[in-house]
Amino acid sequence: MKVSLNWLKDYVPVLLTPEALADGLTMSGLEVESLEDRYQFLRDVVVGRVLHVSPHPHSDHLNVCRVDIGGTAATIVCGAPNVQVDRLYPVARVGAVLPNGTIIAENQIRGIVSSGMLCSETELGLGPDPSGLMELTGAFTPGEPLASALSLFDPVLELGLTPNRSDCLSFIGVAREIAALQHNAVTLPEIRLPDGIADIHGLTSVVIDAPDLCPRYAAGLVFDITVGPSPFWLQDRLNAIGLKPVNNVVDITNYVMMETGQPLHAFDYDRLAGNRIVVRTATDNEPFTTLDHKDRELPRDTLLICDAEKPVAVAGVMGGFNSEIETATRRVLIESAWFNPISIRKTAKFLGLNTDASHRFERGINPEGVIFALKRTMSLMASVCGGTPVGGIIDACPRPHAPVSLTLSAAETNLLLGTQIASEKMGPILSKIGFETEKLDDDRWKVIPPAWRVDVSRPVDLMEEIARLSGYDAIPTTFPMLTSGLTAVLPFQRIRETIREMMVGFGFIESINYSFIPADSCDRLRLGDNDIRRRTVRVINPLSEDQSVMRTTLVPGLLMTLQRNLSQQQKNLKLFELGNTFIATESEQLPEEREMLAGLWTGNRQESSWHVGDTACDFYDQKGVLEGLFSALSIHARFSRVKATEFPYIRPGYGAEIWIGDEVVGVVGELNPLVLEPFDLKQGAVIFELALAPIVKAIPCTRKSVSLPRYPSVSRDATFIIPKSRESGSILDSIGRIDHPLIEQIQIFDVFEGGSLPQDHKSVSFRITYRSPEETLEDDRVTRIHKEICDQVIEQVGARLPQKDEG
Amino acid sequence: MEIQLDQIYHQAIESLSAVSDAEALKALSVQYLGRKGLITQYLRGISKLPADQRPAAGQQANQVKTRLEEEFQATSDRLALALQNADPGIDVSLPGRIPARGTLHPITRITQTICDIFRRMGFDIAEGPEIELDHYNFEALNIPKNHPARDMQDTFYISNNVVLRTHTSPIQVRYMEKHAPPIKIIAPGKVYRCDSDITHTPMFHQVEGLVVGDRISFSDLKGVLTVFVHQMFDDQTSLRFRPSFFPFTEPSAEVDILCVMCRGKGCRICSQTGWLEVLGSGMVHPAVFENVGYDASRYTGFAFGMGVERIAMLKYGIDDIRKFFENDNRFLKQFI
Repeated sequence: MKVSLNWLKDYVPVLLTPEALADGLTMSGLEVESLEDRYQFLRDVVVGRVLHVSPHPHSDHLNVCRVDIGGTAATIVCGAPNVQVDRLYPVARVGAVLPNGTIIAENQIRGIVSSGMLCSETELGLGPDPSGLMELTGAFTPGEPLASALSLFDPVLELGLTPNRSDCLSFIGVAREIAALQHNAVTLPEIRLPDGIADIHGLTSVVIDAPDLCPRYAAGLVFDITVGPSPFWLQDRLNAIGLKPVNNVVDITNYVMMETGQPLHAFDYDRLAGNRIVVRTATDNEPFTTLDHKDRELPRDTLLICDAEKPVAVAGVMGGFNSEIETATRRVLIESAWFNPISIRKTAKFLGLNTDASHRFERGINPEGVIFALKRTMSLMASVCGGTPVGGIIDACPRPHAPVSLTLSAAETNLLLGTQIASEKMGPILSKIGFETEKLDDDRWKVIPPAWRVDVSRPVDLMEEIARLSGYDAIPTTFPMLTSGLTAVLPFQRIRETIREMMVGFGFIESINYSFIPADSCDRLRLGDNDIRRRTVRVINPLSEDQSVMRTTLVPGLLMTLQRNLSQQQKNLKLFELGNTFIATESEQLPEEREMLAGLWTGNRQESSWHVGDTACDFYDQKGVLEGLFSALSIHARFSRVKATEFPYIRPGYGAEIWIGDEVVGVVGELNPLVLEPFDLKQGAVIFELALAPIVKAIPCTRKSVSLPRYPSVSRDATFIIPKSRESGSILDSIGRIDHPLIEQIQIFDVFEGGSLPQDHKSVSFRITYRSPEETLEDDRVTRIHKEICDQVIEQVGARLPQKDEG
Repeated sequence: MEIQLDQIYHQAIESLSAVSDAEALKALSVQYLGRKGLITQYLRGISKLPADQRPAAGQQANQVKTRLEEEFQATSDRLALALQNADPGIDVSLPGRIPARGTLHPITRITQTICDIFRRMGFDIAEGPEIELDHYNFEALNIPKNHPARDMQDTFYISNNVVLRTHTSPIQVRYMEKHAPPIKIIAPGKVYRCDSDITHTPMFHQVEGLVVGDRISFSDLKGVLTVFVHQMFDDQTSLRFRPSFFPFTEPSAEVDILCVMCRGKGCRICSQTGWLEVLGSGMVHPAVFENVGYDASRYTGFAFGMGVERIAMLKYGIDDIRKFFENDNRFLKQFI
């Protein structure tokens, strides 16, 4: 809401400087978002004295003037008939911007360069007369800024009002707050209604069929008006706060709304069938054309203002095309009503309309201000539009406003605020802003809030008033005496931090992607029809189709981040993300939220340097990271060849499912090249994704230290030849199944293909370390055990030992 | 015998001074100090001397042996040093092998800093779902349907009844439903609002806090948030509490801090006001207590909340909030 200080002075003398006023308002709860002089645009307009006038050589209506604009003389081509030598006029210098948006530039007018513009008062938005130059009379010096010469100064405050302070959606409301700051009083505008002709009750009636939605409806009549442009002062005031003047009738309703906060509507009395008003709710999908010429269908419970036959306005939101004020309008019916805020809000939302009226009705207007605003409007229409008010008003009030009565305890207030404000002071603080107070005893006050404070309904609301009016700065700063709950840190929180530390230690950069993904992400990932990740949660009102579903996997977000980085020539990336995914459920209202860890490695294994050449990262780099992570978390995980049906975005044969216990908890592998194009990727990556819950569950609660071995270990190597299609893991599994108590460690130290080996075979070399906790092992014994193990592996896996020439 | 020992010694010293490589030194060592070396032979000869001369001769011989050993060691050191001096060494100006280094996202880092500060003040950390029931996100927080306060937060809807949480306050409601006072928690997490420009992203992060107990006052709220701001920024950062409105608190306050860029002089960051709005706060509205079944006449409490991105932008001098979610490698790498 914009407030012009010059206008505001009608209601309260302004004693503070504009800056102090802005600060005071901000600190008492009306945030001043900006403070600007509305005559700022005049900074390039100065007083000019015409030194010489000669006719334009190529025009019969233009003159070429030499104008003293302070120190220098400017040549200005001017078409005004009243230009005279030695007179003073406003000059817009080159660079000035006029209220209508014109930028003054040096330009040629029929061959003569004109540097500036001599202005009329209309061109400067300072007066109604467009006919000639604005003549300045007074002891002004050429070059003096026009604003200071004419004392044009009107600071305009832009208020960022919170939804509770509907009372301040008006000049009088803001004036009340200013008066409280300055310890002075508000003066309401005087209403002078000439004696009316006739009596309203014979000329119209108001019937309210929906009293809950329309607790009060007042109407007045003004006849014999002349519709036309508003006088300059009225247009000027509306312009000052950014409202566009329309015609005098509409401008007056807007003016009074801004003044009082009460929205008003003027109907053409002669266009109302039966010349009367009926307030009712709409029938199903009732058609109606609003003032903005839009045909609309209104839902059943919409509150309508009707005449004897048809709707003429959507109550509190917008008038109808069929009763609009026209130039020919002579008689108006003025509506000043109090509508149910929720009903208005529903209707405004439904119609997608947020009008100045609906904005105020939604937030709650002063139920006792209806009559004042109506009479104020009628009096202005009488004086401004030359109208004659009809005697009396109609005040239909089926649900009168009942004021609330509250009890304020000073002790409770001080307890809540941590203050020691004397009880005697509290009543006066509240009465300063219009609350009725009555002292009940040493501690308590009976308080009746003024009708315009619709936000005050509980004692705590009064405490807030006490706090803000005595100033938050006056409240001491203390520290709460409170024992902490000291609940244990949740396992998730602890493990998240560990995982982040580990991933950062492994050289990964954390990214945070939006939880929304494009709706077609599952298609791009080639997910099967029955894949659980297709159970997406859809946002009803997304910002774009690209952010329209909640992610069921972190992979699309990482791939899109990869795409953005590749387009910035960032080709070597190690990224990870920790975040929730969302799986729609049928039974519950809320989706299932699953926390996931995902990562992406693309480009080089190591940053390229003189030490190492560029080597592309591969599956084993990424798998190693996970193995490192699992080892740090003391989790035993297994990897098995990926199934294309489960993870179609992983390149078949180049990825592994990750198992903890008998559950697949994630996947690691090369991105399927078929997924590159759908994500607009020019480079592949090795990715992984893991569910966090099974990991958290698998982490042992406690860790016991193990005493170090006292006896030496003995190692034996074994090389097996197996088909390439068989995984080395089968040998590890086989040894694992033997579960010999003396085996301490098994390492794969070499994998070899080619050479003299058959084409479809590979050799895998193992080093098995044996140790006994009780004695030093003898060579013979180890050799015997090792041979037994090798024989079993050969039998179980179908491996063989290398022949001589395969050594 | 004495003359012979002396001769051996002098010969050895002379030979040593001429030695120029380790191999020759080793040969000399064998010749003099080896098992069949001259000194050993001499020592063996002592047994043939008369008994009364033997102790003196033995002592002398051992002294010579020790001295020679020292000379051999000295020569060995001299040779080694000469060899090292002749070595051209490595090019130490070449870059080393830097271990790969990752970084935390700046939002994670700032969230951790915020949580750490409150943990030190005895706060527990609570979490909750990102997709919420309208009840927890709005109704229980005294924001009924069709209330204008709903306009304060542009909401993403999943259904009539389910929303993407617009703040982390629903965590507080859920926590109060499960725990009796006193409580002292902070609730960090992602939140969503349909808004996107240079200062808004449809997803961002909040940390909210809640303290409930007997005789918790607005002055306590000022105290806790003052400590927080001084820890988060520095103790020269002054605060300003300004009346505001939130449906779930009463009285409510916006907390401004003195602009961290211009220190109050007025600049672009603070829109020339000298102040930056960083926190919303207030005393918990009795209606919220009533909604979770707390005795509103017995308990009081305060709540506060802040946007993590906002704090991170101020701390790191970031001017466009969208950068946090573009995840440009070069951007993310800057935050250690």
